Amino acid sequence: MSFNDVLSLLRISLHAMVPLALTAVGEIVGETAGLFNIGLEGILLLSAFGGALAAGYGGPVVGLLVGMGIGGAVALVFAVINTYWKGTQMVTGIGINLFAMGFVAFGLIQLGAPGFHDVPNAAELFKWRTPMGLMSPMILVALVLPFLIHWLLKRTRVGLMLKAAGEMPEAADVAGININRIRLLAAVFGGVLAGLGGAYMSVAWLGVVTKQLSAGRGFIALACVVFSGLNPLLALLGAFIFGFFQALAEWVKTLPSKPIPGEFVSMLPYLITLLVVSGAIGRVRFPKALGEPYKRE
Amino acid sequence: MSRSEGTMQSRLLRGAHRTLTGLHPALESLLAAVVGLLVGAILMSIYGFDPWKAYMGLVKGAFGGSYEIASSLSRATPLILTALTFSICLRAGMFNIGAEGQMYMGGIASVLVAYFVLPPGLHQIVGLIFAAFAGAVWGIVPALLKVTRGVSEVISTIMFNWIARWLALYLAIYVVVDPRRPEKTLSIPVSARFPVLVPRTDLSYAIFVSIAFALVIYFLLWHTAIGYEVRAAGLNPTAARYGGIRSKRTMLLSFILGGLGAGLAGATIVMGLPPTYAIYGGGGLPQLLNMGFDGMAVAMVGRNHPIGILIAAVFFGGLNAGGRVMQFYGAKPVPLEMVRVVMGAIVLVMSIPELIRLFPAIKKQGEKLIGWMRRMSRRGEKEGAA
Repeated sequence: MSFNDVLSLLRISLHAMVPLALTAVGEIVGETAGLFNIGLEGILLLSAFGGALAAGYGGPVVGLLVGMGIGGAVALVFAVINTYWKGTQMVTGIGINLFAMGFVAFGLIQLGAPGFHDVPNAAELFKWRTPMGLMSPMILVALVLPFLIHWLLKRTRVGLMLKAAGEMPEAADVAGININRIRLLAAVFGGVLAGLGGAYMSVAWLGVVTKQLSAGRGFIALACVVFSGLNPLLALLGAFIFGFFQALAEWVKTLPSKPIPGEFVSMLPYLITLLVVSGAIGRVRFPKALGEPYKRE
Repeated sequence: MSRSEGTMQSRLLRGAHRTLTGLHPALESLLAAVVGLLVGAILMSIYGFDPWKAYMGLVKGAFGGSYEIASSLSRATPLILTALTFSICLRAGMFNIGAEGQMYMGGIASVLVAYFVLPPGLHQIVGLIFAAFAGAVWGIVPALLKVTRGVSEVISTIMFNWIARWLALYLAIYVVVDPRRPEKTLSIPVSARFPVLVPRTDLSYAIFVSIAFALVIYFLLWHTAIGYEVRAAGLNPTAARYGGIRSKRTMLLSFILGGLGAGLAGATIVMGLPPTYAIYGGGGLPQLLNMGFDGMAVAMVGRNHPIGILIAAVFFGGLNAGGRVMQFYGAKPVPLEMVRVVMGAIVLVMSIPELIRLFPAIKKQGEKLIGWMRRMSRRGEKEGAA
């Protein structure tokens, strides 16, 4: 392995880290307030598709913004069902994922492409020339955002309110916090970030939309959240680790000698996720009211 | 109104209410199905299709004749089993998203019967046992991780799905591959195939495996002590623990039962679905794909009850079979993928508890909104006057 290989591996890892980090950090905000959204996978897929289409019309920035809008809108549906209507969060998430799988496959067929849609070069986000090669500016966003969210959750009034809503909604309600509203806002914020991650995949990174584009990244991001114990900085680290193994899998596939069959290499990110999560659990503590709708007595 | 009339009226009302609440589960599933189909119709009209024509094609393709009904039932066969996987674990209080992967492993394991020569009857049973065992093994690992390490079963089962997908692809392409046709696995020998039930259709005797498993699960969960423990642990884990129920045991048991079901689902597809009787590794496991995920929708609409699941599976089997007809029907046919959009919308609606009560709530919110708009416009007028 030469120095150049190491650099390119690092570059791909950083790119693969972005959607995981954004999604995980958004989900941390939602889970702190008590909503567990397993529909992230579907949000990533829908916003990647919608973002790519919008980028074709209005350029990359519009694409990213539309992706954020789609993510926020889907999360709004999720949040309304699970706050005001006291729904079952898991089931809503499963519904979102099924819907996204069907809708994106349907939409791709409507575009006339057999299973994939190429984002035109003009619609892709620019990349910076660095000593490491071409880097997307979104990497910077993904590196800075967790620190901001960490500060928001640990040092501000809003963070305290979110924590109260997730930890002890009864007490927070008595203190005058509108539980449903703050949970709704937190989930929508998480959806917007996941939407940004999804649009990044199609507009700023891979330049293509397929019906399996998200490839379990929404769930790997959930695993990052579990691994981090709701600490955005640890989630960033987790996202980098998972991104690294995805990059490693891609890199091993390109080797001419083929040391292991491609199927096993593709398995690697999921296997590592499983190992890391089973190693990390035990010391992690989650909000008490996570996953439960708040009902006033 | 006299007093006796008044009491009679209230009694009637109470009776009607009781009937309605008794019907609640079935009504809510029906309502969710209607809303799901409506969402599909709206999307279709946005994309310039004629939803009415599409649904006519779908219904004709699903229940238009004996051939269509048979093919709907044949699509329902694996869905019953994967739906049971999800609902057994949900009854025990856990979300088992892993039916998909467990089904892949079951399907691959059932291909192994191609290496044996056995009399018909015994051959099918051996295949079913292989598949059920493989599914259960794949299901028990997430359960063990949950019990020993506290890993969320949602994340571990999803990771296991992906691992199973790549492992099944590897096995189908390199291990149990047909040496003469490398794009597919060995075909199941004739002695191990489930005979076709209705001639010239793809409905085979495999459907009885699904029905039997549903009845066994019904008996087990509602008429035995173990089943009671599983359901009690799901309803209220704390109370169950005080009642002396070992929650770890019920957890493992529900995942094993679920894995058995999903494994059998793989076997019914490989051994009981004409004309291939093999898995196509080259095409990315097309017959098996998404059957586990669709099963979750079936479980939800079937209200996590084995009998409800049997009915819901026929509905979803009809959607799949009819969708195949719909994509060739009319001047502008609708792609099959629309069916999954409808399924997703149905599940989304099913997650709202006491759906029927929402209608008055929505009306109230609407009235509030109208009132607010009126006030705003009045305020605007006042400001304009000032």
